[in-house]
Amino acid sequence: MSAESQEVHHEEGEHETMTRGRIWKVFFILLGITCVEFFIALIIVPKHPDLLVYANPVYIVLTLFKAFYIVAYFMHLKFEKLGLSLSIIVPILFIIGLILVLTNESHHWISLRK
Amino acid sequence: MSTAVSQIDEVKTTPWSGGRSPFNVEYGKLMMWFFLLSDAFTFSSLLISYGSLRFAANGVWPAADKVFQSVPGLLESGAPLVFVGLMTFILIMSSVTMVLAVEAGHRNDKKQVTYWMIATVIGGLMFLGCQALEWHHLYSEGFWWGSTPAVDELGKFFREGGTEAVRHMTAQEFANLFFTITGFHGFHVFTGVIINIIITINVLLGTYEKRGSYLMVEKVGLYWHFVDLVWVFVFTFFYLV
Repeated sequence: MSAESQEVHHEEGEHETMTRGRIWKVFFILLGITCVEFFIALIIVPKHPDLLVYANPVYIVLTLFKAFYIVAYFMHLKFEKLGLSLSIIVPILFIIGLILVLTNESHHWISLRK
Repeated sequence: MSTAVSQIDEVKTTPWSGGRSPFNVEYGKLMMWFFLLSDAFTFSSLLISYGSLRFAANGVWPAADKVFQSVPGLLESGAPLVFVGLMTFILIMSSVTMVLAVEAGHRNDKKQVTYWMIATVIGGLMFLGCQALEWHHLYSEGFWWGSTPAVDELGKFFREGGTEAVRHMTAQEFANLFFTITGFHGFHVFTGVIINIIITINVLLGTYEKRGSYLMVEKVGLYWHFVDLVWVFVFTFFYLV
């Protein structure tokens, strides 16, 4: 009984996965995002240097998109159980804490150097 | 005599009562995920220290498109970001061949797994070769751990501002962080290539065919994609921002 239900479950789990078509789709998304980043860095910013301030947040958002596609599709996390996804993603949020602490700290370093 | 199983002997099947695996993944794969989580913390602390030192430099920091503008062997200067674009493409490409190897493993197709694993190893070696050229180029310009080009030559790496002393300091910080972070990433690529070679040999020997599953390919695949993931961040913070 137990083994049987496990087997049924196993089949369900493997139902949705990476097909070759999907792999190439994700590849072209990653390549496309990288091309957009290069377009901003090599063409838009040299022409309009005052846009440099806005370029950085755009790079970071695009990078997070790329990270999502790699982790969700290439590393298959999107098709794993919700519990596994959460146990990987929630600890990552602690990194935000370190970013906040150290950027705050580095503002003080500026005044120390003066 | 009744054959009904008493309540206490029944095998429990709810997710957290021990009847089956709550995460529905094999032990080794779960541990690979947790290892990668710890590695993600290591890389993020390195990158966040880079970010905070750069913040503290208050704008006087070597500009990526001025430092990285050579294509080793072709152009000495005037091609900003072209070479690193090639490196990024190689690494994304080898990630694709890795995921194709995993997909072929699901179909128990030994020939295709071998083919894609070899392609992944070649991609990894190409990336390492490119990184060696990049390091050599920066080294020959004078950047290294604890050394920078001569102070009066540093101006060409900066966009604006700063006294010579400040430029010397931030150029040194940049060099130290660049070699440490790309070095640590390159070390991961190197170990990834070694592990991929071992797995490829095992595929060729038929180890996983006998075992009936190519789960090991999936586990090293996770590691390899993680290396690609880290490069995405290194690329953004060193070459774009």
